[in-house]
Amino acid sequence: MALAVRKFDAVIVGAGGSGMRAALQLAEAELKVAVLSKVFPTRSHTVAAQGGVAASLGNNGEDNWHWHMFDTVKGSDYLGDQDAIEFMCRKANEVVYELEHYGMPFDRTPEGRIYQRPFGGQTRNYGEGPVARSCAAADRTGHAMLHALYQRNVRARAHFFVEWMALDLVRDAEGDVVGVTAMEMETGEVVIFHAKAVLFATGGAGRIYSASTNAFINTGDGLGMTARAGIPLEDMEFWQFHPTGVAGAGVLITEGVRGEGGYLLNKNGERFMERYAPTVKDLASRDVVARAMATEIKEGRGAGKDGEYILLKLDHLGAEVINKRLPGIREIALTFANVDCAKEPIPVVPTVHYQMGGIPTNYHGQVVVPKNGDPETVVRGFYAAGECACVSVHGANRLGTNSLLDLLVFGKSAGEQVIRDLKSEPMHKDLPRDAGEATRARLARLDGQSNGESVPSVAADMRRTLQLHCGVFRFPDLLVEGVAKIKDIAARAARTEIKDKSKVFNTARVEALELDNLIEVARATLVSAEARKESRGAHDRSDYPKRDDEAWMRHTLWYKEGDRLDYRPVKLKPLTVAAFEPKARVY
Amino acid sequence: MRLSIYRYDPDKDAKPYMQDMEVALEPTDQMLLDALVRAKAVDDSIAFRRSCREGVCGSDAMNINGKNGLACITKIAELKEPVVLKPLPGLPVIRDLIVDMTQFFKQYHSIKPYLINDTPPPEGERVQSPEEREELNGLYECILCACCSTSCPSFWWNPDKFVGPAGLLQAYRFIADSRDQATNERLDDLNDPYRLFRCHSIMNCVDVCPKGLNPTRAIGKIKEIMLKRAV
Repeated sequence: MALAVRKFDAVIVGAGGSGMRAALQLAEAELKVAVLSKVFPTRSHTVAAQGGVAASLGNNGEDNWHWHMFDTVKGSDYLGDQDAIEFMCRKANEVVYELEHYGMPFDRTPEGRIYQRPFGGQTRNYGEGPVARSCAAADRTGHAMLHALYQRNVRARAHFFVEWMALDLVRDAEGDVVGVTAMEMETGEVVIFHAKAVLFATGGAGRIYSASTNAFINTGDGLGMTARAGIPLEDMEFWQFHPTGVAGAGVLITEGVRGEGGYLLNKNGERFMERYAPTVKDLASRDVVARAMATEIKEGRGAGKDGEYILLKLDHLGAEVINKRLPGIREIALTFANVDCAKEPIPVVPTVHYQMGGIPTNYHGQVVVPKNGDPETVVRGFYAAGECACVSVHGANRLGTNSLLDLLVFGKSAGEQVIRDLKSEPMHKDLPRDAGEATRARLARLDGQSNGESVPSVAADMRRTLQLHCGVFRFPDLLVEGVAKIKDIAARAARTEIKDKSKVFNTARVEALELDNLIEVARATLVSAEARKESRGAHDRSDYPKRDDEAWMRHTLWYKEGDRLDYRPVKLKPLTVAAFEPKARVY
Repeated sequence: MRLSIYRYDPDKDAKPYMQDMEVALEPTDQMLLDALVRAKAVDDSIAFRRSCREGVCGSDAMNINGKNGLACITKIAELKEPVVLKPLPGLPVIRDLIVDMTQFFKQYHSIKPYLINDTPPPEGERVQSPEEREELNGLYECILCACCSTSCPSFWWNPDKFVGPAGLLQAYRFIADSRDQATNERLDDLNDPYRLFRCHSIMNCVDVCPKGLNPTRAIGKIKEIMLKRAV
């Protein structure tokens, strides 16, 4: 039985920040667009972002995009592509002002301008000291932004397919992307969305780890679909551990706490960041702070019964500042740590938070792969933006508040590129004869499986493996072992069984299909990490403790087929300014 | 922990029933959602929505021991057992704890939930004083979980005509925004025996809001502005 086909100019998969920013661009251009989302748009994970969006508006002290660019390049540990970084930092003010015009309820300065606060790794005059660059709506910036974008999309009459899960890419014989298959969760119906452009904005896959700040839905669906379609994933060894997840619960506590003047203490009440980052201390970039915390814990200076966490102190800010600037944090600390942070410190540990790697793209959002000696051949019809994409602006370590900025800038630029491409190629390419076959085979396998393992048990083993073998500090023997383990778990994931066979809102089926995606990301992560013999940004190896620019200033590309690795050079040439040469990274 | 869960799958059940189950918890399980995830690991057919697990996405609203709330921020320790879990009242059930929220979002969309300002935007931001911005506090934080509207008797009786507390809270969020220019148009739209005036200040909405917001107060403000405009 052939699958039903629906035709659109463009299909966007994912309705978080980047998907909705792109959707807005396309809807306002009067294109016929379908936006598919597993959840109602305002439930996407952008909603959980807290601290702010970076832009050098200079509302709370002098600032400019050159400084922002320098910080981002340095923060990336020189793995970021400098053309894309320049593009993002130059566009920042424009996209933030647009967001304000859409109705975003930013906090305000006494002059009525957008309120800005300091954040980790964001500095004035090329590293001299902290700068207030993070544009904030209290500590609910992601929520405010996602709702503002949704509201603007309602106004533009974008067409959302809510609670539809995309399953597989459709490529034709030439390798061009011509559509995507998707399942309506309410009915179980599977449809081929035939499109001239498919834009992935599916977010990250932080759920490959046991302890994660990420939402349940962050299962790397776009990455799994991409890998299965034979397209590589880039720099998957780089995972950001956010310094301050609530110990035990994993829930995020924004870096904005430290931006507002909070700081970290070990069990002796020592402000230990002064030793690790003498200039900006608690506002060093996240990889540096996470490692310092993990070191304190490892060396026996952690607080708590078993010395298992670090204390985040902010009571000295006073209840008034906390209630005004960090009200959500007070709520979270009360709910998840049973602590009133206006009186006592919050127990925190580094927790997986963000995926720096992803689907390889250029700064127009076009997916690019190496082909015939060209490291960046465009895959026609295929685009990606946001956390699922690797542009790469974050390189080996992302700076706080650059993520929301990434969503806005590259959501918009990908949307603009789709519009340009549709003008020059106004016709749909034909669907291949076997379109949808891969999806049907996956669903048939799952429905027919007997004597298989349960999805939660395989998923739990995958998460434990990543947590143990690919953490803040990485060790050669654990990495090698981890690769073997994850290949074994991947084989088990191919034999999962669900008891529930209902067609109606079958969340067991959804979770099984999500595991197919998670497992690709988990494999890519371990294989890429084991191969990279250096320490850079979030990738820190005990046997190669130094950055090695000679051998490793290059992007990893992992292919699912045979776990093959390839590499492509880092783009060191910005668009208009002089390059920032690699230097030792000191904060 | 003992759970009693509303079950209904139209694919196989003639009518809904309650499923009682005993769930073994781990010491790290703090919230009701943790218990539900454990339950689902035992019986994968239990269907519910969930995402952020920290009370900010609004997915896992349900009726918990007779009161609407979010499973992810409802502490297990504070619940009387067996914990009776039902779908949000007043909306059609798709399956188990999953309701069809079409009507709820239709009402939200009906209030034009977006900033209306047709003057050309300035190069920078539209200036707004901290005091003007303060007016949006307690309004913009809504997560559209529907706990409030589905606990409101007026919404139960007239979900197609009464905007409901969630929608009205957002209507006031835009009326209160110094940057929005459509106040008159918004008031005209709401000046209707059903859309606004079906609210009888029962205040269930205030009681259940997991974010501590106060739709009744916002509705009162809309009525106040409407009255001022009339005289």
